[in-house]
Amino acid sequence: MPPTVPTGTTDFDPSLPWALHPQVSLRPESFGALAYHFGTRRLSFLKSPTLLAVVSSLATQPTGRDACTAAGVAADELPTYERALATLAESGMICERSAS
Amino acid sequence: MTLVAAERPTPLRLVDQFQLGLDAPICLTWELTYACNLACVHCLSSSGRRDPNELSTAECKRLIDEFERMQIFYVNIGGGEPTIRSDFWELVDYATAHHVGVKFSTNGSRITPEVAQRLASSDYVDVQISLDGATPEVNDAVRGAGSFDTAVRAMERMAAAGFVGFKLSVVITRQNVSQLDAFQALADRYRAQLRLTRLRPSGRGADVWDELHPTAEQQRTLYEWLLAHGEQVLTGDSFFHLAGYGESLPGLNLCGAGRVVCLVDPVGDVYACPFAIHDEFLAGNVRSPGGFDRVWKSSALFCDLRRPETGGACASCGSYDACRGGCMAAKFFTGLPLDGPDPECVLGHGEPRLAAVGDTIPPRPSPDHSRRPRGPAAPVAVALLPRRPNRAGDEHPLAAAGAAHHPH
Repeated sequence: MPPTVPTGTTDFDPSLPWALHPQVSLRPESFGALAYHFGTRRLSFLKSPTLLAVVSSLATQPTGRDACTAAGVAADELPTYERALATLAESGMICERSAS
Repeated sequence: MTLVAAERPTPLRLVDQFQLGLDAPICLTWELTYACNLACVHCLSSSGRRDPNELSTAECKRLIDEFERMQIFYVNIGGGEPTIRSDFWELVDYATAHHVGVKFSTNGSRITPEVAQRLASSDYVDVQISLDGATPEVNDAVRGAGSFDTAVRAMERMAAAGFVGFKLSVVITRQNVSQLDAFQALADRYRAQLRLTRLRPSGRGADVWDELHPTAEQQRTLYEWLLAHGEQVLTGDSFFHLAGYGESLPGLNLCGAGRVVCLVDPVGDVYACPFAIHDEFLAGNVRSPGGFDRVWKSSALFCDLRRPETGGACASCGSYDACRGGCMAAKFFTGLPLDGPDPECVLGHGEPRLAAVGDTIPPRPSPDHSRRPRGPAAPVAVALLPRRPNRAGDEHPLAAAGAAHHPH
């Protein structure tokens, strides 16, 4: 049954572990990627290849911020990328995972 | 949809990137059959009778395999009335099992309580129920006697089964634009989401466009209503020509034909968009070597559509960046040049050009699977008659019985 309300968590905390929502598919594109959530039927555009790299590595990095750093995001760019991740969290595209 | 920005912007704006095309469509319309139990006067695909050459179950499954390989997230299935196909549920199940989500359009005639229950339990299937009037009088004049009750009964069953957020899909016409709030109330009543799309002069819509398309004043009303309702109302990006009023509506605001969308018809022909079923916009067939993938990536037509546009006669207009010249299909089927204004240009640039078209006969939609002949029957008669005769003495097209179904 399709929920119309995003199933994501409320606030994005970059010091927590995150992952792509299991119902989300990513399709790499030259501008970045398309992300589609099969549950909410929402489509998002990741507007840079770096953001795609961040999102793809979320599940294997200890925290959201680590995923940014690992993808080569410079310190002064961190706030921008964290805002982008917050937007994705808000629409349920990414979600918190339990720390491993 | 959501745009998630990040620092270093891509060299191109996203809209320009899309203009150049993607490796696979974002959204694909797939009409499964030309068969329909209704005969809507404005049917985009001139549906009615099944085509003997329609894709077989095995061919449909091969096509779904291709969609999966190309990572096409979901397909909008339409027709005709797609649920008429005896393998409809088999194909839906096959698609969802292969990670291709399905949103299908229906007139509701086959949504039994059992079907509604089945749909409600699926995560990967969405449903659009077509209704073109918030009252039986307005709806049935276009979609046929009894079709309002059929659609409402289907919505009742969906709601009773607990399917939240299915779509109530409405083509905006001169006759129903005053019912926007009533449509919203209907959607709310059944916990559905309202989806409004633009009437195109495509398919049988070419015969009734003059009588059905909204007036300039109504377009303004619609624009303001859409702005006020924001992302709560879906539009399939179909009203981007209204951006010429000033503010962009939610969505991509560009013509995605052959760039980010396309249509696969029941016999496997691939057209640039669901509103352009005509040889002029035919890119190839999925049965040809290389299949759909090759048609999408390398057909001459699609490569041509992906070239940067100059704007033609619209280039000097200050609103060109907002409306991008409007809808290709609307221009084509009203006889206007593709590089000029939309017939419903909100700045009024379309009207003098439409007047200049005069009695010249615009291209006829092709193919036609209507169950009974429409308009001037024989090609010879077409050539002799002005396309839009004064219909005072004719049977009014809205009096015609029946309705069909719009896929998008």
